[in-house]
Amino acid sequence: MIEYALNFGFVCVGLALLMNLWRLTSGPTTADRVLAVDTMAINAIALLVLYGIGQGTAMYFEGALLFAMFGFVSTVAYCKFILRGDIIE
Amino acid sequence: MPFIVELIISLLIVIGGTFLLVGSFGMIKLKDLLPRLHAPTKASTVGLGGLLIASMLFFWIERGHFTIHELLITLFIFLTAPITANLIAKAYMLLNVDPNKDLPPSKQNEGWATFDPIGPEGYDPSEEYKETET
Repeated sequence: MIEYALNFGFVCVGLALLMNLWRLTSGPTTADRVLAVDTMAINAIALLVLYGIGQGTAMYFEGALLFAMFGFVSTVAYCKFILRGDIIE
Repeated sequence: MPFIVELIISLLIVIGGTFLLVGSFGMIKLKDLLPRLHAPTKASTVGLGGLLIASMLFFWIERGHFTIHELLITLFIFLTAPITANLIAKAYMLLNVDPNKDLPPSKQNEGWATFDPIGPEGYDPSEEYKETET
């Protein structure tokens, strides 16, 4: 039963990534694109967790943790660059 | 693996996937950025939280010993989501909102902090920077 649930989860996350990609390419403002990148990082974490359950190894957990950290750091860096014209003043 | 545990794990995966899909559907459904900030919070709390609890249960039953290191990701996302939302809203307001027309007056000597490049009156960050540089 877990296999069917995993397939459903993969389809959901794939559709979600496509929607975020559409917002990333057609977002009217710069902040829309930054928000789309942030949501794509969250969906990538979900994809890695699902793949880790499917393969039965806990190895993908470290990848998911790295995605969480770098998604946050990249979003903050983009926003600071828009706000201040510089990332580390 | 017992049937009831398998059922719980599958339900958690289905709920998490549905919330991730709904959260990203809001990204294309809602009209403006400020309502659109509301949508990914569903994905990052219930969606990702359900998947990580399912992963925790799965490896607990599979390996036989209980670990909580999936909760690290949940904790990190819960800590960082408000900060990113605040910064994105500030960046949007700086670029797309006119403070004279769209915002109420701040009732202070200085204006709203997002639109103030120097800082409050009497405080110039460039002077402080010069002192620490030498």
